[in-house]
Amino acid sequence: MVTFKHKHCLGIQDLSPAEITTVLQTAESFIEISTREVKKVPTLRGKTIINLFFEPSTRTRSSFELAAKRLSADIVNFNNQASSVIKGESFKDTILNLEAMNPDALIIRHPSSGAPHFATTFCRSHIINAGDGAHEHPTQALLDAFTIKQEKKNFQDLKVVIVGDILHSRVARSNIFLLRKMGSRVVCVGPPSLLPLEFRQFGVEIDFNFDRAIEGAEVIMMLRIQMERQEKNYFPSIREYRNLYSLTEKRFNRAKKNAIIMHPGPINRGVEISADLADSAKSVILKQVENGIAIRMAVLYLLLGGKEGEATD
Amino acid sequence: MDSHKIKRVLHRMTTEIIERNRNLKNLFIVGIRTRGIYLGKRISKLIKELEKVDIPVGVLDITLYRDDFSRLEAQHMVKKTEINFPVTKKDILLVDDVLFTGRTIRAAMDSLIDLGRPQTIQLLVLVDRGHRELPIRADYVGKFLPTSKRELVQVRLKEVDGSEEVLITEPAKIK
Repeated sequence: MVTFKHKHCLGIQDLSPAEITTVLQTAESFIEISTREVKKVPTLRGKTIINLFFEPSTRTRSSFELAAKRLSADIVNFNNQASSVIKGESFKDTILNLEAMNPDALIIRHPSSGAPHFATTFCRSHIINAGDGAHEHPTQALLDAFTIKQEKKNFQDLKVVIVGDILHSRVARSNIFLLRKMGSRVVCVGPPSLLPLEFRQFGVEIDFNFDRAIEGAEVIMMLRIQMERQEKNYFPSIREYRNLYSLTEKRFNRAKKNAIIMHPGPINRGVEISADLADSAKSVILKQVENGIAIRMAVLYLLLGGKEGEATD
Repeated sequence: MDSHKIKRVLHRMTTEIIERNRNLKNLFIVGIRTRGIYLGKRISKLIKELEKVDIPVGVLDITLYRDDFSRLEAQHMVKKTEINFPVTKKDILLVDDVLFTGRTIRAAMDSLIDLGRPQTIQLLVLVDRGHRELPIRADYVGKFLPTSKRELVQVRLKEVDGSEEVLITEPAKIK
């Protein structure tokens, strides 16, 4: 195992394949803790972490909170709606004020790409990106990789299809970076308006035809149609989208026999995925959520554990 | 200590364990990573040979319970804890290679107690080299080795190291 020498966790792009493997192996050791009767180890006792979410979230925020608590760290939740941001306090001032309270790490989700990176320019604390705009969502990609590894053992030459609104998806970007680094074959599928051809530079294949792309796929990763971003009419109607890009039983049967279905949540039942498939044995959607805690414990452990000030970046 | 001596010592300690634990069915072995696991497995095998009782061996990784955690020089890799039996009301035999400051054992006991409430916890070590920093003692000791604090005690087992011996070395000789 290589040591993980980063001060921050901002994106998959900064990680080497060996470091990704280290995170996954560390998470492996943390899985068991969440199954104990006493779901807690004293490792990060005395560390303070602030969850700063400038965008709504169910899974990521509570998953980070539980991960921190199971490592005995103290965690405070910052809620955008109930904060002075409403009174016009800037992002930088908000963070500087919270930093004045001496936390060890800040977990930041923000609608603008690069917000956590900006925070690193004036912060002492460790910064963890919990999703920035349409850029990256590293812990989601890591937990997806962990889930894939559990099911498929190996990433090399695995055919993964990512379907939906690639344009707006930070989950898709982080997953593409990670899967390509680990040697998987990635095919992106979606309507041309939501699937920029520029993505080819990341080493992925582009296909506008879901029925064709799904042939032989071992992992099918469905993305949420972001209703809140559809005011620009990226596609004519939900019905048309559903006809072409929804994961139905019929389409799924074209994939490899042991294919698994993934979704980062929240799902729009009956839009990007049929409700029956989302609940079927082929779906690992809830497994992803469960694994999220172990992955976030691993990331917190690797960043906050060990001696202060020896990190390289 | 050579392989012959290690073997005899394990035999003696196994008899002591059998003597002290009338109800062997309630006994479970927990080996502390890494060498404690293999010593634990050998003892389990010896008990099986002598008494025909299967004693399960669990694996404990104490990294998350270290008291010097935030002061460690290098990052320490966490490995898996694998204890697939309930520890509550069981007699647990902790196994480690060397007993030194006692801090590892403190961490191991905390970790075990987080998993449940054992009836008793006993400690077996191959070597007790002294210099305790905590009020901890072993129930079964393979050999007392008087050492200076500066020296290093290395236990090598064929399962991990390819050879079978206990060495006392000066720090300079270790890479």
